[in-house]
Amino acid sequence: MDKSHNTQTARDLLVMMERIRAFEEQAILAAERDNLVLGAIHPSIGQEACAAGIMTHFNRDDILLSTHRGHGHTLAKGADPLAMMRELLGRTGGCCGGKGGSMHIADFGVGMLGANGVVGANITIAAGAAHGLKMLGKSAIVVDIFGDGAANRGPFLEGINWASVFDLPILFVCEDNQYSATTKTSAMTGGPGVAARAEALGLRATVVDGNDAEAVARTTHEITTRLRAGGGPEFLHAITYRQTGHTSFDPASYRPDGEAEKSIADNDPIARQRAVLGAMGLDRAALKAIHDMAQAEMVQVLADASATPFPGDETAFTDVQDLGSPVQEAR
Amino acid sequence: MVNMTYVEASRLAVREAMQGDPTVWCVGEDLGRGSVFGQYLGLQDEFGPDRVVDTPISEAAIMGAAFGAAMVGTRPIVEMRFSDFALCATDELVNQIAKARFMFGGQSRAPMVIRKPIGIWRSSAAQHSQSLESWYVHIPGLVVLCPATPQDNYSMMKAAIACDDPVVYLEHKNIWSMQGEVDTTIRAELGKASLRRKGRDVTIVSWSETANLCVHAAATLAEQGIDAEVIDLRSLWPWDKGMVLDSVRKTGRLVVAHESVAVGGFGGEVVATVAEMAGDALKGPVRRLGAPRSLVAYAPNLEDKMRVTKDMIVTGAKETLGK
Ligand SMILES: Cc1ncc(C[n+]2csc(CCOP(=O)(O)OP(=O)(O)O)c2C)c(N)n1
Ligand SMILES: [Mg+2]
Repeated sequence: MDKSHNTQTARDLLVMMERIRAFEEQAILAAERDNLVLGAIHPSIGQEACAAGIMTHFNRDDILLSTHRGHGHTLAKGADPLAMMRELLGRTGGCCGGKGGSMHIADFGVGMLGANGVVGANITIAAGAAHGLKMLGKSAIVVDIFGDGAANRGPFLEGINWASVFDLPILFVCEDNQYSATTKTSAMTGGPGVAARAEALGLRATVVDGNDAEAVARTTHEITTRLRAGGGPEFLHAITYRQTGHTSFDPASYRPDGEAEKSIADNDPIARQRAVLGAMGLDRAALKAIHDMAQAEMVQVLADASATPFPGDETAFTDVQDLGSPVQEAR
Repeated sequence: MVNMTYVEASRLAVREAMQGDPTVWCVGEDLGRGSVFGQYLGLQDEFGPDRVVDTPISEAAIMGAAFGAAMVGTRPIVEMRFSDFALCATDELVNQIAKARFMFGGQSRAPMVIRKPIGIWRSSAAQHSQSLESWYVHIPGLVVLCPATPQDNYSMMKAAIACDDPVVYLEHKNIWSMQGEVDTTIRAELGKASLRRKGRDVTIVSWSETANLCVHAAATLAEQGIDAEVIDLRSLWPWDKGMVLDSVRKTGRLVVAHESVAVGGFGGEVVATVAEMAGDALKGPVRRLGAPRSLVAYAPNLEDKMRVTKDMIVTGAKETLGK
């Protein structure tokens, strides 16, 4: 790779991280300042390098499954931020017509088959998506991202074993922000950790600094190259840190003093990527322009989403099922 | 018309569907050996292990993976072995499969048939004998079918596979070897009940194996001069309210009979609907027959305490007539 290509890739990573953060900052404002977000939102602030780095190497027709903390993954997969923000606000024109909200965001048009309100549930579903693609002879691959807490649920065993047994084209990512809601995951997790668990089930496992966007992207590229060449399922343990509370309303006072402050000061993925670009020669003005553009985009997104009406009442009864639908029953 | 058993009928339906559509596949434990009751015998030989897929003992993954594969364009037939084990995959069915289409604003479909053999099967005890059909009827998003004859197990299986909704398909374990004529040209309209016997005096509503028992009970009632109408709902969601209400308006008498626990059972829904929509037509007390709210035991005499019998149906029908 020549130097300009490196710079472009590095810049793209920063742009995506800035957009994710700006989107979530606006979402938090919408929740707390404006009271416009009706349910819980789970920000991924501090974890943007995972979303940006991983999705760099997944195409539109590849498949993504995510979690309740999935805004970043969804945006990086190519979803429209206005449709996403409308969904958070429960509005018409939202990704799911305002019927899902943040925790059920999905955009099948960009291969994003859903966040999930049930921790760990997407692990088996993602394995099945890979199974289906393989059966249909498609070349697309699958990535499923889940949290460190999900590794303690049954689907972790069943889904990863499934992918191993059927040799499926899937990357499982444990985006380890070190917390399961308000509990330190390490205090609740036996044995030598998630990568070892995945290895025990026959997967190749890689550990990466999840706050280093360059490293995440590079590692993902190596993995997806193997997956696209017909290699078996793989596991990526990306270690990161959740800078906010569990939800936007959680002050996270259970964290040890100084822990979050230190991570924000020394290990913020956006600051680190700015430093990478600075070393490549981008000046402060160029970096600020990237930041300002992302902010302006998402301020506008929130303004536009807020001005969108709620869905029509009749949609409370649509898309339940074909046979015996509530619409038919009401006749 | 071909004479075949209940298990052969559904196997033929699955086989024909797989021949007609390469995206239809079967997934579950021990399917290569035909599964527990021979439902899949010969299918792996014909279609290969990639379409008749033997899995780990991972019910949650069987259900979840089949759902994932359905979302990317395949039509899985999911085998849960015993309906009791399907409880290990409850999140996958209830929170994921049943809800995805709605939650995602119509972006996805889950065209799946989820087979869960139900019912009392001699001395299988409490964890291999349940009939939990009413649970599934309670979940918006699901279709719930309970075929009781070889003909229905052929044509309803065909229709279930063709349906774009997730279908919970409850075959009764005690009637796998039941023989019957099957006309493979009959197309089932899901949600339409089957009028198993026409009659004027009393309406008996049932489904699954108990519906067959009701047909026998009606024969006994006929010997005593009572002309019973037997409706086999066969589809619990959607269900054929029209046929039941028309029948009750005609007879003025209602018996509902099912094998599952009476309390919270679907029979209560049938009775409530009749009370709401045709209550003025009722000329006598309603009888609701189901299992006591106890557990199915291993010892045969204890197991029998849980059964709705032919005699109970006969007595119930007579009571609605004040006899
Ligand atoms: C099965 C289930 N149990 C509990 C919850 C409540 N819950 C929501 S998020 C969460 C923490 C999950 O931790 P992790 O998997 O590490 O993801 P993170 O929130 O850190 O992104 C919990 C317990 C849930 N949604 N689903
Ligand atoms: Mg976590």
